[in-house]
Amino acid sequence: MFGYEFYVDPSRCIGCQACVNACAECETHRGTPMIHVDYLDRANTIATVPFVCMHCDDPACAKVCPADAIKKTEDGVVQSSLKPRCIACSNCVLACPFGIPKMMTELEQMMKCDMCYDRTSAGKRPMCATVCPSQALAYVPREEMEKNRREKPVNVFHFGRQRVATKVFMMAPAQENEILIDVVDYIWEGKA
Amino acid sequence: MNWFRRLNKQPLWRDEFSIHTDDERYVSRRQFTKFLVLTSLGMFVGNVWILVRSWLDKAPVYPEETIADANDIPIGGARLFRYPTRNDPCILIRPDEQTYVAYSQKCTHLSCAVYYARDKNRLECPCHQGYFSVKTGEVLQGPPPRPLPRVVLERRGGNLVAVGMDTRTES
Repeated sequence: MFGYEFYVDPSRCIGCQACVNACAECETHRGTPMIHVDYLDRANTIATVPFVCMHCDDPACAKVCPADAIKKTEDGVVQSSLKPRCIACSNCVLACPFGIPKMMTELEQMMKCDMCYDRTSAGKRPMCATVCPSQALAYVPREEMEKNRREKPVNVFHFGRQRVATKVFMMAPAQENEILIDVVDYIWEGKA
Repeated sequence: MNWFRRLNKQPLWRDEFSIHTDDERYVSRRQFTKFLVLTSLGMFVGNVWILVRSWLDKAPVYPEETIADANDIPIGGARLFRYPTRNDPCILIRPDEQTYVAYSQKCTHLSCAVYYARDKNRLECPCHQGYFSVKTGEVLQGPPPRPLPRVVLERRGGNLVAVGMDTRTES
């Protein structure tokens, strides 16, 4: 599906977990969801965010892998770890700025979202995007997204001084061109 | 597949273990199978070629060469010569008055030069004590697996002429 891109809009997420269950139904990794719905600040809000792999242009997970187990295909999709190679070292888990890879200790393998490579490479939409009732996860052409949404799709993130460009778009306020994340601000636990 | 190293500033290990699948230089199953098939085909063709060549060269042609004057060799004496080429040392022996025999001098074990032991009337290889019969060239003792190749002699007038080799690969 040429021209189709993946868009994540956290403001639309209702925390229904439909994407998690749809992902877990996939026969390539049955029972193990590779998408995560996280609560932002559970004590104070019911807001949730679905986390799919952002598929970085320069993927940190693949670059730190000592076993050459994470590969990026020509179409820009960063694949999940290759079972014969993954040594379950968790380097990728620590390296990913978005916190996407998860170590499945019972499988001794890291598993992460591969944008349903079996589906998207064959012209189908990813499982999560097909089931999301509020279209917080959307796999559509860019024109359709710009026509229907107020937010602006952004795929450049700044983690402090680290610039990360991704294949997946995050819907940001219309005036934003890049998403700035002050990492130190987030890990601050004292009183302001 | 990118067979040639890209000229970039990445370290070599990063280039060889690229994170991009299109830079992978691993051999796929199909390529490996292709390699196996083509290699076996090459081996087969080579074997056929060797077979055809051995069919064509079944009877090697030996030159006729005058080795010696029969009367020059004393009874119980020996003389070295080379036959059929300059690189094949042979030994001519006259154990008694009417008998002339000639053998390749290369021991069939490890190609040491055999010599004629007159007192015991046999050909001896000094390397591993391989002994050969003077009469037939057959192995009397020791490690040689085959008899010595015999030079076929003809007597023409007073001359001894070598006309061929009897290689006798079977013992």
